[in-house]
Amino acid sequence: MDYFLELFLGGLTRGSIYALIALGYTMVYGIIELINFAHGEIYMIGAFTGLIVISVLTMLGWNSIAIIVLAALIAMLYSAAYGFTIEKIAYKPLRGSQRLSALISAIGMSLFLQNYVLLAQTSNFLPYPNLVPTWDFLQPYEHIVRSTEMVIYIATALVMVLLTYLIKFTRMGKAMRAVAQDRDMSMLVGVDVNRVISFTFIIGSSIAALGGVLVASHIGQVNFYVGFIVGIKAFVAAVLGGIGSMPGAVLGSLVLGWTESFFTGYISSDYEDVFAFLFLVLILIFRPAGLLGRSDTDKV
Amino acid sequence: MITLQEIKKSFLVSLWFMFLTFPIMVIKVNTIEQTIEWRWWWMAAVGLGAFVLSFFWRIAIARKEAGKKKAEVSGEEKIALIPRLMSNPRFYIPGLVATVALVVIFPFVFSMYQTNILITALIYVVVGLGLNIVVGLAGLLDLGYVAFYAVGAYSYALLNYHFGVTFWMALPIGALLAFLFGIMLGFPVLRLRGDYLAIVTLGFGEIIRLVLENWNAFSFGPSGIANIPKPGLFGLKLSLQQSSIFIYFVMIGLALMTIFVVRRLQDSRIGRAWIALREDEVACQAMGIDKTRTKLSAFAMGATWAGMGGVVFAAKTTFINPTSFTIWESVIILCVVVLGGMGSILGVIIGALVLILLPEYLRAFSEYRMLVFGALLVMMMVFRPGGIVSGVRRIYKFEGLQNKVDS
Repeated sequence: MDYFLELFLGGLTRGSIYALIALGYTMVYGIIELINFAHGEIYMIGAFTGLIVISVLTMLGWNSIAIIVLAALIAMLYSAAYGFTIEKIAYKPLRGSQRLSALISAIGMSLFLQNYVLLAQTSNFLPYPNLVPTWDFLQPYEHIVRSTEMVIYIATALVMVLLTYLIKFTRMGKAMRAVAQDRDMSMLVGVDVNRVISFTFIIGSSIAALGGVLVASHIGQVNFYVGFIVGIKAFVAAVLGGIGSMPGAVLGSLVLGWTESFFTGYISSDYEDVFAFLFLVLILIFRPAGLLGRSDTDKV
Repeated sequence: MITLQEIKKSFLVSLWFMFLTFPIMVIKVNTIEQTIEWRWWWMAAVGLGAFVLSFFWRIAIARKEAGKKKAEVSGEEKIALIPRLMSNPRFYIPGLVATVALVVIFPFVFSMYQTNILITALIYVVVGLGLNIVVGLAGLLDLGYVAFYAVGAYSYALLNYHFGVTFWMALPIGALLAFLFGIMLGFPVLRLRGDYLAIVTLGFGEIIRLVLENWNAFSFGPSGIANIPKPGLFGLKLSLQQSSIFIYFVMIGLALMTIFVVRRLQDSRIGRAWIALREDEVACQAMGIDKTRTKLSAFAMGATWAGMGGVVFAAKTTFINPTSFTIWESVIILCVVVLGGMGSILGVIIGALVLILLPEYLRAFSEYRMLVFGALLVMMMVFRPGGIVSGVRRIYKFEGLQNKVDS
């Protein structure tokens, strides 16, 4: 039972990590139908910015809680700025042309950002200090759940609540839903589409940066390539849940996290990803639009 | 021309980029020695660069917008330079002769290194033309195309290892196996569309790679298979250089065959069915086209070329392991198709040559080459979203009909 619980919580951690990144994917996709390949790189830049802030502040001798909070905030700010700029440079001029062109542009951006960090910083894995304080009340359960993991759960839950509020109850959220449904029509009723798209990129990127800082502290290292792999996984999770749907992204991430965790724990760790992908294929065969996606029928 | 307002705009852009690149470019922390290196001059460089580039950026964007408007007003699409030259016999024939001459003498004039690069580029031409069937003609986004390439490469390597099958026998076998894998992948994904299809094919590609990596008894795992023989020429003993030249000509032949077959396919019944499927699935079914068969045949035909490309790849490098078949490879092949111009054969050829030769010749920039490459991909797509040679859609004009209506 203990083993089961351990795997369950491990899966929850993975799922929460994927969810933080998948949310950004799915938001962008819902609004401009673009697979934002560079999203994983935004996550990586968030983690790097966080590392730099942490290192500088540690040398200045700050208190560790203040450092981690400030690092997360600055990382979110910078990633949001990167997301905003990338949209303006690489995606906005391509609105209205074929979708594949935008995809290639995103791939180019991803390559550019990876190499930018590689050249400006380093190609090695850098150790990432874990500054999340150890909580006393978790001490007895230390072998099952660490406090970093606890922080990841709480952060993910908080982000989800805030996002739901933002989308459902604010003016901007309403505009976002309108643009996702029909861009031309929402323009006609006076929605500033450019602003909505920029806003979506900013929110999605800052969530990814939060994920970047937390995950890097949890894993304990970071390099320029971490974003790519996690990005692919998160994208898989977003599709699994039904891309464009936010509850779907979270559900898909959790399902993917648990699948991987239980499979690794009970069967074999070599074929972990094989199983994750097979599972994805199976689900998509029976539900071609993902777990919570709407399958739209063509009108002729 | 340059107004005060423009200067102000560029100044703001440069300030923004200086802010943006500040933590990553200026600060470099050494966590072991606890020292910080401040690289302020990089910041100055970024600011200056952004200031200058923003002018060019605005001019280029303005020109692109103006061009689009002009096309809308005049109502006719401008045909790009290369297809226009191609259709003019005065340029076409000498161009063809020059290309053939260059292709024939290339391996004798240039070094073996250059020949080897060109062989790689030719493999990508063949594989890219295969993917062009799936993506460009049938409009099915396939992100796991490299799986079929791996199938081809491993079928030659393993058949040779166990049964001593030669290159010439492996070539059709690899193609056939890839064809079967194409159908195998095609069946489950028939109902999926758009990005769901993309992600399932991506998953399929990763599954194949991971199985190759982990199933040691079958594929020798990450250590791969070495000593794969190069293709033989009637049992002659070839030196290293001679065999390079031989592979080069084999590849030229294969590329020519691919071009021929793809061209014929494009105008055939099935090719037009693919294009119809790409344009509108529902309308296509209403016209009596069998969707299942059309999709499956696109997958299978596309996969066949990847299989052949894979066999040649294994023979050329004489060593393969799963790291040659990662998702990046699929992405590069997709870039070949989209950058060159989807649906256009000439476009794919040019795309493959540019994408494979460019990083090689960018080696002068050494470590900056992938950075430049990524930036070029973005710029290319922003300023020419249709690719280098955009596929020309055939338009039927009913001139007689028009006159009747007018009179």
